[in-house]
Amino acid sequence: MKSRQTYSWVGRPLLDPKLHHQTYREMSVKVEGCSTELHIHVGQFVLVEGNDDENPYVAKLVELFEDGSEPHSRKRARVQWFIRFCEVPVCKQHLLGRKPAAQEIFWYDYPACDSNINAETIIGPVQVVALAPDEVLPTDLKNEKTLFVKLSWNEKKFSPLSPELFAQLEKLQEGSPRCQKSVEAKTKNIESPSCTTAERAVKRVESRHSSSKSRPAPTHPVTPRARKRLELSSSPRTPNTRISRQTSWASPDSPRRTKRKAALSEITSPSKRSQPDGLQTSSPARKAPEKTGEIQRRSCAKDDKKVSAERHMTLRPRVPALKTTVLSEERRLTPTRGRRRSSMLPSVILIPENIRKREAEEPEAQDEAIFSRHHTSRKSSLLTLNRIKQQLRFLGKSESDSEDEEFLPAAEIPDSSSEEEEDSTSPLPRTPSGTSRNLRSSTKLSLQTPSKTPKKTPKPRTPRHATPRIRSRNLAAQEPASVLEEARLRLHVSAVPESLPCREQEFQDIYNFVESKLLDQTGGCMYISGVPGTGKTATVHEVIRGLQQAAQANDVPPFQYVEVNGMKLTEPHQVYVQILQKLTGQKATAIHAAELLAKRFRTQGSSQETTVLLVDEGLTRMSFQPYTHSQLQQILVSRLKHLRAFEDDAIQFVARKVAALSGDARRCLDICRRATDICEFSCQKPGSPGLVTVAHLLEAVDEMFSSSYITAIKNSSVLEQSFLRAILAEFRRSGLEEATFQQVYSQHVALCRMEGLPYPTMTETMAVCCQLGSCRLLLVEPSRNDLLLRVRLNVSQDDVLYALKEE
Amino acid sequence: MMPKECDGPGVRMGILEPRQMTGDSFFSSGQGICSGFQFVEMSSRKSKSNNLKHSECLSQVQRILRERFCHQSLHSNLFGVQVQYKHLIELLKRTAIYGESNSVLIIGPRGSGKTMLINHALKELMEVEEVSENVLQVHLNGLLQINDNIALKEITRQLNLENVVGDKVFGSFAENLSFLLEALKKGDRTSSCPVIFILDEFDLFAHHKNQTLLYNLFDISQSAQTPVAVVGLTCRLDILELLEKRVKSRFSHRQIHLMNSFGFPQYLKIFKEQLSLPAEFPDKLFAEKWNENVQCLSEDRSVREVLQKHFNVSKNLRSLHMLLMLALNRVTSSHPFMTAADLMEANQLCSMDSKANIVHGLSVLEICLIIAMKHLNDIYEEEPFNFQMVYNEFQKFVQRKAHSVYNFEKPVVMKAFEHLQQLELIRPMERTSVNAQREYQLMKLLLDNTQIMNALQKYPNCPTDVRQWATSSLSWL
Repeated sequence: MKSRQTYSWVGRPLLDPKLHHQTYREMSVKVEGCSTELHIHVGQFVLVEGNDDENPYVAKLVELFEDGSEPHSRKRARVQWFIRFCEVPVCKQHLLGRKPAAQEIFWYDYPACDSNINAETIIGPVQVVALAPDEVLPTDLKNEKTLFVKLSWNEKKFSPLSPELFAQLEKLQEGSPRCQKSVEAKTKNIESPSCTTAERAVKRVESRHSSSKSRPAPTHPVTPRARKRLELSSSPRTPNTRISRQTSWASPDSPRRTKRKAALSEITSPSKRSQPDGLQTSSPARKAPEKTGEIQRRSCAKDDKKVSAERHMTLRPRVPALKTTVLSEERRLTPTRGRRRSSMLPSVILIPENIRKREAEEPEAQDEAIFSRHHTSRKSSLLTLNRIKQQLRFLGKSESDSEDEEFLPAAEIPDSSSEEEEDSTSPLPRTPSGTSRNLRSSTKLSLQTPSKTPKKTPKPRTPRHATPRIRSRNLAAQEPASVLEEARLRLHVSAVPESLPCREQEFQDIYNFVESKLLDQTGGCMYISGVPGTGKTATVHEVIRGLQQAAQANDVPPFQYVEVNGMKLTEPHQVYVQILQKLTGQKATAIHAAELLAKRFRTQGSSQETTVLLVDEGLTRMSFQPYTHSQLQQILVSRLKHLRAFEDDAIQFVARKVAALSGDARRCLDICRRATDICEFSCQKPGSPGLVTVAHLLEAVDEMFSSSYITAIKNSSVLEQSFLRAILAEFRRSGLEEATFQQVYSQHVALCRMEGLPYPTMTETMAVCCQLGSCRLLLVEPSRNDLLLRVRLNVSQDDVLYALKEE
Repeated sequence: MMPKECDGPGVRMGILEPRQMTGDSFFSSGQGICSGFQFVEMSSRKSKSNNLKHSECLSQVQRILRERFCHQSLHSNLFGVQVQYKHLIELLKRTAIYGESNSVLIIGPRGSGKTMLINHALKELMEVEEVSENVLQVHLNGLLQINDNIALKEITRQLNLENVVGDKVFGSFAENLSFLLEALKKGDRTSSCPVIFILDEFDLFAHHKNQTLLYNLFDISQSAQTPVAVVGLTCRLDILELLEKRVKSRFSHRQIHLMNSFGFPQYLKIFKEQLSLPAEFPDKLFAEKWNENVQCLSEDRSVREVLQKHFNVSKNLRSLHMLLMLALNRVTSSHPFMTAADLMEANQLCSMDSKANIVHGLSVLEICLIIAMKHLNDIYEEEPFNFQMVYNEFQKFVQRKAHSVYNFEKPVVMKAFEHLQQLELIRPMERTSVNAQREYQLMKLLLDNTQIMNALQKYPNCPTDVRQWATSSLSWL
C-alpha cells in the first residue's frame, strides 16, 4: 500500500521521560521513483488529505510521534486545524458577512475537533501567512500556493485572531519551526483536547491496553482518508449544532464532490482548484472507494458523535477555569446522546466495540443505555431521567472521566478501520490510501512545480453559491408613528404573530405527530389541507419553531427541517433539487439530485437526524376549516393587542363579513389594513386619527368586493350603452344568449335611429364592441371573424338593464 | 430658448431642430427660414421677425402638441382621478418609506389613463428626496414577457442582479426562479431597498403556467421579505376571477378603478386643455392668439357637435388625441389656426367606414358580384353561397338587361371573385383545401346591406342599371 510513498522520521527521537512514546522534530516523505524528499518539520503548515482533493485540509503541525499502541507502529501527528471557507457549514457561511477571499482560511478555534491524525495523511507543506485585522487580503497573487489567515472560526462566529496568536503565526511564517511546547504555551487554545503531554501519555498507555483487550484482531493499516474524514467531518464539528454537522456530513459525498467541484473551487483559491486538475481525469477509479467510504463514514459517524461528546467530558478536569461552562454544555447534551445511541442500536449491525466497551467500563454509559430503552417515552419522563443522569454523572465524575480519557483515542482509531473492514461490502478495492497516493504524488508535484499547475488562468467564474440580494436602502425605513400606522403594521399578513390563536387544536395535533416521529425515529406523513388563508403554513411554521426550541433544549432529538413550496418550483422534478440543496447545500440536476437523495435516505442506518420536510402546496389530508367569525375576531384582537385603533363593533363586523365570504384570514387582515388607510384619509387632522369605525370598514369591503361591472356600464359611452341595449334586443328577438355581430349591428342601427343618434358606421360599432370585449363586459370572438364574430354578455341581462335604467 | 431675432448661423441651427421633428410643416417652415435669412441681409428686421416667428411658432406648436398627443407626456394634468391618485401614491409611499409590502390592481378600460396614473405617481414618488434613492422599479409588460422565464430574466436584469451572476448566461428556469426568490427572501422590511413591480397587461400574466410569477410576487408581498409593491394594470373587469385561489388569497384585493366617469362638459374642458399652449411657450403673443382661438373653437356649435359625436362613440382620451392630431395636421403657415372645418374633417376621417373605402376602389365587375351576393343573401337568408351561384346571378343580370356591363368570361369573373376574397370582403366558410373545386366553395359576404348601399351611393361613375339592380333584384323585370 505504501509502496510509492515512504514516510520516515528524521533525527533521533526525543524521548520525554514522562512520555511513553517517542516524539520527533521532522519527518521526511520520499516518493518512490523520485529522488526528491520532502521534509516536514514540526511547526510547519501542512496540507492534510481530506475528502476533497481540491481542497485538502490545512493544518499546522504541532507534534510528530510514534504511536506504539498500534500493532503496526504508526506515525501520528498532532495538528492545529485551519478551516477553509467551503468547510464552514453552508448555513453559517453568511456569518462572515463578506465574500471570502480566494485563498483565505480560518484558524479553527474549536477544541472539540480531533487534532490527532495519521502522519501519513500529510500531503506536504504549504505556506500560510497571517494577516493583521487591518490588512487587506491580497487578491491577485503570484504565488497561488500561499494561504492567508485573518480570522478564526469557532463554529459560532468569525472573530479576528488574537494578538498572541497572530504574533505566533507571524513568527512561524519566518520559517523557524518551533518546539511544540512553546507553541502550545502561546496558543490561547487551552481547550484543545491534546493539551498536556502528560495526560496524553496516560491516555496512550491505557488505550493501548484497552484496544488490545477488546479488539479481536488487529486491523488493516488504517486508511488515512476515511480516518481523516471521520475526524473532521463528523465528530469534531459541533456536538450541539445540528445543522453544521449535517452539512459536514454531506460534504464528503463522492458524487457530490464531483458536482460541487466547480462550486468549491470558485470559493476557494485558484491554486487549489488547479491542483487536482490532472488528477481528476487521471484517476477515475477514485470515485469508487469514495462511495464505500461514504457508507463507512455514515455508520461510524454515530459513534464519533458520541466520542466527541465524550471528549468534551475529558476536558473537565484539565481546564478548571472552563469547567462550569463546559459542564453545563455537556449536561444539555447528554439526553440526546443517550437516546440517540440506543435508537441506533437496533438499526446498525456493526456496532463498534467501543459502545460495548463503554457499557462495560462506564457506569454512566450503562445508565444511559438503560434509560434509552425507554426512548419512546415522552418528554416529561425523559426530562426527569435526564436530571437523574446528570446527578449520577456528578457523582461518578472523576471515575468516568478517567475512563473516558482512557478509551478515547484508541476507540476512535480502530473504530474506523474495523468498520471499514466489515462495512464495505463493495467489491471495489478498498484502497483509499492507494488513491490518496495518487493525490499525494500529484499534489506534491504541483507543489514542487508551481509554474506548471495553473494552466487554466483563474478566470473569475460565476460563483454558484453567489448570494444574490436586493441592495439595501440608504435611508432606514421609517418606523410607525401613529396608532393607525402601528395597527397597519401589525395587521399586515407578513407580520409574524407571537401566537397563533384559533389553531390550538391543529397545532397540538401536528406538534404531537411530528414530535412522536422524532422521538421514535420513524418516518411519517401528514397531509394538511384547507382553503387558502386558513393558517396551514403558519401553523406548521409555528410547530417547527416550537420543535426547534425543544430540540435546542434537548427535549426532542435534533432534526433537520426542509421546506419546499410547490408553487416556487417550476416543475415537479425540481423538488429533488430543492430538497438536496436545502439538506446539503449542493446543487445538482433534477435526476442526479433524486439519485443522491435516494442514496442518502436509503442507506441503512444512515439516519443521522430526522428530516422534517414541509411540502407546501402539495397533497392533502388533515383539513383546516375556514375560520369562523369568532375565530377571525380573536385573531384580529390578538394582533392588535391593546392597540386602540378599531372600534369593537368594527372588528366584529369585519370578522363576520369575511367569515361569510371566505373565512380567509388574509382577507380579513387586508380589509382592516385598508380601513386604516381610509380612516387616515377621512380624518384630515393629523395627529388625531381617531378610531376605525364600521363605516370605514364598510367602505373597504365595498371597494374590495363590490362588482365593478355596473359602474363600468354606467360610465361607458353612449354608443357603448346603446350597443349593449342592441344586444339585449337581439337576444330577446332570437331567444338565444348569443348573437353575431352583424345581427347586433342591425339592431344597433335601428336603435340609434330611434334615439336620434347619428348613424353609427360599421367601423365605429366594431370599435365599441371590441372595447366592451376588452373590459370583459362582453365575451367576443377574435375580431378577424368580422361580421360573423359571436357576441355574448359576460354580465347578467338584469344587471345590464339595471345599469342602463339608472340614468 | 427660441430667439426673438435671428442673428446668425448658430440660431439657425437651433431652428433646424424642431423643424425636422415636424414632418408636415417642413417645407413651410423651411421657406420661412430662407426668407428670414434674406431678410437679415436686407435688414428689414421688423417684418422678417414677424414672418419668421410665425413659422417658427407653428413648428413649435406642432412639436409640443404632437408630443402631447402621441407620447404620454407627464406634463399634462390628471383630471377626475384625484381620489385614485391619492390612494395609489399613499400606497407606494408606504412601501417606499415604511417598507410595507402591498399589492394593488389598477383596472380601467383602454385609454382611461392607467399607465398615466402610475407614471405620475412614480414621478411624484421619485421627487421625494428620501425615496428616490431607496426604491427600485421593475416594469414588466404582459405583451413582452410572455412567459415566466422571460419575466424572471427581465426582473433580474432590471434589479441589476446579473452582476452577481457574473458572466454566466442565465440558467434554467428553475435556477432563475430560485435565484430570484433567494434574492428577495434575503431582505427584510427595515433594511432592504423596496422594489416596485409594475405589471402592465396584468391579465396576460395570469395566463402563465400555474401563475408561478404572480404567486411568488404576491407571496413576497405577504411575507416578511424584501418589501415590494406589486402594481398590476389591466382593462379586464373580471381579473380577480382569473387568479387561482391561492394567488387570489395572497393578493390584497386593493383595486383602483378608472372608469372615465366624466361627462361632456369635462370632456370639453379636456379638449381645451389638450389643445392649449402652455404658459412657457416662447412667443407669448402667438400663444395668446392660439389659446384664444381654442377658446373660440370650444364655444363653436359645430365643434361641439363634432366633439359630442366623438364623445358618444368613445370616452377614450386616445381617440380624442387622434381627432386632434388629424386636425392639427391641417394647420400650416398659410392656415395658422385650427378651424371648425378642420375638426369636422378630422372627425369624418375618424368615423369613416373602412370597408366602404375598399368598396369605392373596386371595379364595376366586382361591384356587380357583390350586388349578386347581396341578392343571394336576401333570397337564401344569409346562407352561404359559392362562386357558381354568384356567377349565375350575375349572368341573369347581364343577359336580361346589360347595356352598360360587359359580359365577361367566366375565368375573368372568377378572378374578380378571388380578388374579393383577397380583400376579405368575402370569406370561405371552411379552410380552402387543395382538392375542392373553387367554384363550389362556400363563402360568406362580410358586408352588411346598409354598408353596400351606402358605399354604392358614393361609388364614382356607377352605371345606373347597376345601381337600380342593387336596390332590387327584380328591377330588371
